[in-house]
Amino acid sequence: MKHHHHQMLSVWLFIGALLLIYGLIILIVSIANYSHPAPVVLANEHLNLWAGVLLTLIGAFYTIRFWPRKRGRD
Amino acid sequence: MNFALGVAALYVANPGRIISLSTPDVLIIAIYFITVLGIGFYLKKFAGSSSEDFFMAGRDMSAWVAGLSFLSANLGALELMGWAAAAYQYGILATHFYWIAAFPAMVFLGLVMMPFYYISNTHSVPGYLQLRYGEATRALSGISFAFMTVLMSGINMYAMALVMKVVLGWNIHFSIWVSSITVAVYVTLGGLYSAIFNEVLQFFLIWLGALVIPVAGMIEAGGWSGLVARINERVQGNYVHLWSTLGHFKDNPMGVHWTGIVFGLGGVIAFGYWTTDFLVVQRAMAAKDLRSAKMAPIIASYFKMIVPAIVILPGLLALGLLSFKLVPESAVRPGLHSYNEVLPLMLARYCGPGLLGLGVTALIAGFMSGMAGNVSAFATVWTYDIYRPYIHKRGTDRHFLLVGRWSTIVGVIVSIGTAYLVTHFKSIMDYMQALVSFFIAPLFGTVILGMLWKRATPKGGFWGLLAGTVSSVGMYTAVVIHPEWLRYVALSSDAKPMAENLYRALWSWIICVLVTIVVSMFTTRKPAAELQGLVYAYTEIPSDGDVPLYKRPIFWGVGVAILFAILQFLFW
Repeated sequence: MKHHHHQMLSVWLFIGALLLIYGLIILIVSIANYSHPAPVVLANEHLNLWAGVLLTLIGAFYTIRFWPRKRGRD
Repeated sequence: MNFALGVAALYVANPGRIISLSTPDVLIIAIYFITVLGIGFYLKKFAGSSSEDFFMAGRDMSAWVAGLSFLSANLGALELMGWAAAAYQYGILATHFYWIAAFPAMVFLGLVMMPFYYISNTHSVPGYLQLRYGEATRALSGISFAFMTVLMSGINMYAMALVMKVVLGWNIHFSIWVSSITVAVYVTLGGLYSAIFNEVLQFFLIWLGALVIPVAGMIEAGGWSGLVARINERVQGNYVHLWSTLGHFKDNPMGVHWTGIVFGLGGVIAFGYWTTDFLVVQRAMAAKDLRSAKMAPIIASYFKMIVPAIVILPGLLALGLLSFKLVPESAVRPGLHSYNEVLPLMLARYCGPGLLGLGVTALIAGFMSGMAGNVSAFATVWTYDIYRPYIHKRGTDRHFLLVGRWSTIVGVIVSIGTAYLVTHFKSIMDYMQALVSFFIAPLFGTVILGMLWKRATPKGGFWGLLAGTVSSVGMYTAVVIHPEWLRYVALSSDAKPMAENLYRALWSWIICVLVTIVVSMFTTRKPAAELQGLVYAYTEIPSDGDVPLYKRPIFWGVGVAILFAILQFLFW
């Protein structure tokens, strides 16, 4: 039975890919709105942009680290 | 179809909503739904080989995956929003539910109890009770658990629909059906694999979606000292100390005494929930080996210790920073917001387009994960502890796998029914939450005596569990009928309802233990041969092997105890 599991993609790969996509979306939106940010508290701190960078970096790390050719499973 | 309906519903206008979503937010939510369904379809081939794969994820999870899933099964959106609201209402005292109510029980589960669950090779907590005490105790525990899980799943469904209506203006029926169909599809296809994968995913979404609140809030407040000063300016009473106000019921906003927090919450409720609620224990039992199963709850305990940063701190920040006061649910009028809206309000305060969608996605993921966790645990207990022993004893593994899939669908359908029942009779929600607590505290008494005391007998276990449950229901009913009787349950006329929950759990556990001991002294115990691997005296606990100190569960258990002590000192 267990032989199936050894071909299973790692859960970390799914997480990495999703966070990478989210990070890129937030990053693009933040850059597009940089000169006229949404009217939220601390808008001038550009928290969206920093969050986008963080998500992209975490997502990219997990995606690359757990890409099937490098590592099959958790 | 879910996706198309979702996009359409997101744009339903509702002038009273807290959050307005932009196109990037909607895109982020839609991608989440596509991902969880995709994971379900992907995992179908791995969960379809055997019932062991479907119900126990092949017992193949690493300690990290099992640990994060163990924590996430408890970290639902209902929990996040509820405790953020409690922090606004009671201050930092709400943190006790994340610290003393978590790490001691989680470490105890890992170091002491998990070996018995794991070595006995059972599929569930009721399954352990069957091996230890016999069929009657398993039946009582299994039926009550199955009943509770589908009802809790329905309550989660309803709570999500209600939150989405208030926060985003979504239609209640739309939220109930989209969330339930999504959960039904991915759990039916991927079983516990799907539930665990999505719980780990949810863990990251919740952290990354909510982290902006404490970061931005602390910048705005000027750090912890600035926040404390603002809270003290705005509200009377002590909202920022953990222990120094617990000397008397009337000295703190929660109306509790330290004995209730230490013995009722930290002692009984926490140990009952974390060590015997199959919803969370099932995740640790899915670990690939005993050391991983022991490490899973200990890893989870570290993350549990820092969850207050994204739950309690937002509540305190709202208390210190919002320019308006929040009110109880019963006092909400047009223009006013309830305590329960703290988290969405703070998200809307700091998050721009995209990041707001991530925050809302984290809440949706939390709700759906709560449903999926309950439904997958229901399918396991129904199939292994009710259907197989009492309805259809001789079936093939393939047959039980099919039953598991169908019981997942039935569980979701019953949950939808419960969600609509709660819609019409909202007080049921309060009663159901209380019902869960009826079973947890006495069950811990039954399980812990079974593991540590070889003299506990089958009759003792059954009658102790029954007596503890009945006494808990009795105390709850008595206080509902005669609210002034709270003083007898909580031992003080200054006690508030929160104190009742803590002391009721303590009394029902004590009654369960006493009845179990007395009945056991007068009834026949099981022969030693039948207790191998089930009771401490007759079980040789395998060592952790020849691994370095830093890989041993005890090392990390001591570490989290030190972290706990430091945090108590800092916020005393």
